[in-house]
Amino acid sequence: MNGIHDLGGRHGMGPIIIEKDEPYFHEEWESRMLGMMIACFAAGVYNVDQFRHPIEQMDPAHYLLSSYYEHWLCTVEANCIAKGVITRAEIDARHAKLMKEKVA
Amino acid sequence: MDLIVETFQKQLRPQNGAKVVAKAWVDPEYKKWLLKDGTAAIKHLGFSGVQGENMVVVENTPKVHNVVVCTLCSCYPWPTLGLPPIWFKSAPYRSRVVVEPRSVLEEFGVRIDDDVEVRTWDSSAELRYLVLPMRPAKSEGLSEAQLAKLVTRDSMIGTGLALNP
Repeated sequence: MNGIHDLGGRHGMGPIIIEKDEPYFHEEWESRMLGMMIACFAAGVYNVDQFRHPIEQMDPAHYLLSSYYEHWLCTVEANCIAKGVITRAEIDARHAKLMKEKVA
Repeated sequence: MDLIVETFQKQLRPQNGAKVVAKAWVDPEYKKWLLKDGTAAIKHLGFSGVQGENMVVVENTPKVHNVVVCTLCSCYPWPTLGLPPIWFKSAPYRSRVVVEPRSVLEEFGVRIDDDVEVRTWDSSAELRYLVLPMRPAKSEGLSEAQLAKLVTRDSMIGTGLALNP
């Protein structure tokens, strides 16, 4: 699959940005993303290949512009929905509720 | 879930890989084993498990410098090196290091002489690579623990060299 994820040899990807003594997580939600990813893996929601697949199918621009843990969010969400762990409607409802609480 | 994250923060760190390297530097039999069967030799020191199931160790010599990438995603040997840095997982490194490794290495401050071969290893879902950096000069007499402190994470990816004592 020559999707956007197949980056070897591509030009124009910009400079390599190196952060000295980089922490594992830059924002708290990223650490929860790791926890979720491992927990779902252990629960059998996906194997490694199934985990990768939705990431490789992300919109190319979104893939390149989003952060690494956002890739994980996309695939954990896609896998959980596909495997019936949760529905899109449940996610949207919860999101709407949280956004309302955030504004209030 | 907090326990999962804590395990990663505390137990999966490059200090694990450094112990493997230091042991290979002092123990020629272990080094032979490590290069022949990386998975078993690394597991022998207690580092195995998720994302480290199949390991191949590649040795830097005065004539060969190795560097590791995962062009397709971010495959990385978690049990020995912990979680990868952002640059390893991002487009610029993944795209460039397979076609112009010397210039990428220069950006990391690693200058490789023209008569030294550079080998780039593309990790996969099934296979993870670990670089065995060269032991620094003037490090005779140091203990394994002291030697391990000279082994940086980047030296085990290939974008760095071991520190001088």
